[in-house]
Amino acid sequence: MGTDTRTLEAIADREYKWGFVTEIDADAAPKGLNEDIIRLISTKKNEPEFMLEWRLKAYGYWSKLEREQAEPKWANIKYGPIDYQDIVYYSAPKSKKDGPKSLDEVDPEILRAYEKLGIPLLEQERLAGVAVDAVFDSVSVATTFKAKLAELGIIFCSFSEAVQSYPELVQKYLGSVVPYTDNFFASLNAAVFTDGSFVYVPKGVRCPMELLTYFRINAAETGQFERTLIIADEGAYVSYLEGCTAPIRDKNQLHAAVVELITHDNAEIKYSTVQNWYPGDPETGKGGIYNFVTKRGKCAGVNSKISWTQVETGSAITWKYPSVILQGDNSVGEFYSVALTNHCQQADTGTKMIHIGKNTRSTIIAKGISAGHGQNTYRGQVKILKNAVAARNYTQCDSLLIGDKCGAHTFPYIEVKNSTARMEHEASTSKIGDDQLFYLQQRGLPKEDAVSMIINGFCKHVFRKLPMEFAVEAQKLLSVSLEGSVG
Amino acid sequence: MLEIKNLHVKVENHEILKGVNLKVNAGEVHSIMGPNGSGKSTLAQVLARRETFQVTQGEVLFNGKDLLAMKPEEAACQGLFMAFQYPVEISGISNAYFLRAALNAIRKYRGQEEMDAMDFLPFYKEKMKLLEVDERFMTRSVNEGSSGGEKKRNEILQMALLEPKLAILDETDSGLDIDALKIVANGVNAMRSPDRATIVVTHYQRLLNYIVPDFVHVLVDGRIAKSGGKELALALEEKGYAWVEAEGHTAPVAV
Repeated sequence: MGTDTRTLEAIADREYKWGFVTEIDADAAPKGLNEDIIRLISTKKNEPEFMLEWRLKAYGYWSKLEREQAEPKWANIKYGPIDYQDIVYYSAPKSKKDGPKSLDEVDPEILRAYEKLGIPLLEQERLAGVAVDAVFDSVSVATTFKAKLAELGIIFCSFSEAVQSYPELVQKYLGSVVPYTDNFFASLNAAVFTDGSFVYVPKGVRCPMELLTYFRINAAETGQFERTLIIADEGAYVSYLEGCTAPIRDKNQLHAAVVELITHDNAEIKYSTVQNWYPGDPETGKGGIYNFVTKRGKCAGVNSKISWTQVETGSAITWKYPSVILQGDNSVGEFYSVALTNHCQQADTGTKMIHIGKNTRSTIIAKGISAGHGQNTYRGQVKILKNAVAARNYTQCDSLLIGDKCGAHTFPYIEVKNSTARMEHEASTSKIGDDQLFYLQQRGLPKEDAVSMIINGFCKHVFRKLPMEFAVEAQKLLSVSLEGSVG
Repeated sequence: MLEIKNLHVKVENHEILKGVNLKVNAGEVHSIMGPNGSGKSTLAQVLARRETFQVTQGEVLFNGKDLLAMKPEEAACQGLFMAFQYPVEISGISNAYFLRAALNAIRKYRGQEEMDAMDFLPFYKEKMKLLEVDERFMTRSVNEGSSGGEKKRNEILQMALLEPKLAILDETDSGLDIDALKIVANGVNAMRSPDRATIVVTHYQRLLNYIVPDFVHVLVDGRIAKSGGKELALALEEKGYAWVEAEGHTAPVAV
């Protein structure tokens, strides 16, 4: 074994610094899942009838799948059976009324928790140009800059609030991209989701600030099932960011979220994620988050565009494929991804680009980094349907290996039903070499800085797509996540 | 500046250096020549602290400090620079970003203030001019897509910018055409000063027409078999290495 390998293996041993627990009173449902729990969630949230009906249909569908043991098995990940009756499906910070009406009513402990995460909610302290919705366990605790956005007709609020204030929009779009029958975890989410974010940008409006939702799992043995719905009406534009952390626990926690995006004619949505859920114990992976997420966008209108950018550094297991349905003619779908697996982490992630309209274009840039015993899988599907004349796709997936105990796997699926399509696929696998490290060190850079530099170079095309502050955070996260893998 | 005493080095149980002695003073240019496999590059890399080599015996002092106890980055920060025989590509990292990071790592180590981009750029451009490198080069990824000659020129550009006390050039002349060779030699000669030293490792005498050494050493089978002035290089060119090998192992010459 080269010195390099030993070196590289030593970078990753820093502790997870977001692993604190916040002591607050929580209002939680008993463990387990049945129709009563779903009714309880719906009642707690004071939902209209159509919501309860939808949830119950989803639950019915999901229980059938569960009986048939139809949890998806095709992914390149390994985990023990999940006991769905051993999960708390509703946990909310206790508050005097139905929910906090302003920041003054939010439990100061929660505000402190967000400050520790570097997400101060008090507007005067906040970075200008970013509006924040904070979701603590299953409930949205605060949304900032709401009034300013409202002047432009932009709705940015918690999903619960949207159900109360804009039921017609929710009813129209909910499940229109990811139906409750889509897959096992999407069905589960539809049945039990408790909150999330809702965004509506009206015709011709360019949202002037980044919208940020920060998800935090706090309570133990809680599943977090949030649902995000973003609609950009004709000619609208919005950039949305999502960040996630969780405390250190010794039991794995399930996170099964659903995100739906819809763009009408000439509209654009840019969706960026920096995911840093607790990855679990470095030796065993115990206690980490199972991140089983369904994210999909629909370019419903002509000339519309949906762009996914993700930096996945946390979670014990990541199972997610942010996808785009390119329905409108000339619509554009993009997927830029960095997925890092260290220690015992497993990731099976990628995208689907479904070309339906004419002249539709998609770009996929996926960068996988594996260290320690990490297993990293890229899985991507590009489908060109019969009527998608002159569709184009460019795919590039690169893997970087650190050490000699990790793995990188690539499963591209390409299905073309129209002969005018143009497809390009490039793939590469490389290893951080002794030569590269020695070269950088000989120029005066410490080994860990040398590794960071090589990795940042490798991820450059993806980082460039992130908003500035997020790009900086993502770079830092990568070096922290790799600390100790090079020693 | 540099003192090598009885240096023995092994790679995978194979002894490559078998007792090298060499003393380099500030202000001097030494050339190490020798046939393929004589251990020239090994010596250069051991001095730059590459960890794949195992030192079994001997001592190396760099400005009075134990060089063999230093990590590669420490040696670099202490003022040792090696121009690589095969410079490495770093994808996605621009030359300017990389060099400023390197310069600042060294400055930080020495307790100096880090240099910001505003101060760095004019400094970098000045050195680029010296080595006749196009300014567009700054934004290109380190050595990516460069020809062999461009890579070698970049090594000397980095050296000019990092201003080391001791520069080791490992076969910098290989792969260079005559024009590039002159440019590189100019870059090296511009650095010559009473408080710096240079070790030029080369297979051929050609480069020494442009970088004229004060001393020439011939490395044969892991030992310095012969030392002399610049005329030794010319004699080697004429008679070949077999001549030194045939002379047998003369006693190491103190320099």
